[in-house]
Amino acid sequence: MFKFSSNTLWLLLLMATGFTYWLGESGQVGHGSMVPVFLIFGVSFFKGLGVILDFMDLRHAPVLWRNLLMGWLVFVVGMILLAYWIGQ
Amino acid sequence: MDKGAMFESPRLAGDLAVWLIILAEMLAFGILFLSYAFARTFDVVLFNASQRTLDLNSGVINTALLITGSWCVVRAVQAVKKDASAAGSRWLLAALACGSGFVVNKLLEFSATAQAGIDLSTNTFYMFYILLTGFHFFHVLAAMVFLTILLVKTRAGHYGSREFHALETGAAFWHMVDLLWIVLFPLIYVMR
Repeated sequence: MFKFSSNTLWLLLLMATGFTYWLGESGQVGHGSMVPVFLIFGVSFFKGLGVILDFMDLRHAPVLWRNLLMGWLVFVVGMILLAYWIGQ
Repeated sequence: MDKGAMFESPRLAGDLAVWLIILAEMLAFGILFLSYAFARTFDVVLFNASQRTLDLNSGVINTALLITGSWCVVRAVQAVKKDASAAGSRWLLAALACGSGFVVNKLLEFSATAQAGIDLSTNTFYMFYILLTGFHFFHVLAAMVFLTILLVKTRAGHYGSREFHALETGAAFWHMVDLLWIVLFPLIYVMR
């Protein structure tokens, strides 16, 4: 799985946040299309993955703990996407 | 995975007790996030209109502050593990500065919300907004208390390459606060 130094990861997380902000400001969100929803929560998923694996250092933790937190992220983001799809 | 890590036995960074607390907190926030997302399906128009009243600039600044704070904590742990306590202290101080920035920004946001006459009973969106961001806010405050204690002890030379367990424990809690905001930010502030 991808791995970055803490400095690079920090910069990537800031850039991803900037992208999310730009998408939110662009007015493309909230018009019923699922594309921006997938983009925004997809970015959040990868940001969360970076924090879990490298900032929390679960990359080198027992598999159970890594899977518990990654499973939480997959489930929560997946269910949020489902809710937005239902609410279209 | 790097070659060195391949031969290291898996290790949970920090105390098991704090990881159990992290798990419980994440389950609680997970339930709140999903309650919000599914409650929205019953009145999308109201949620979208209410969300547009929120200050996206404030939300993005707070996201940057928490991410930067998390990075500072990572650098602090790395420094202390190399017996560079002075550098570790400076990174912890920087993380606390980020946390303080978040707290001030959030208090301004809460104040503006209250001045606009918005409270828990205004509508379902604002009920979730105040509950979720307020609950998260108290976690930031708790994490800052932990970091302050760790800063004092790092400055006093309690931690180094042989003793960094408490530092990793506090760091794990701080990163959880960051992780939760990473989901909360798009859910509450961006998706409108």
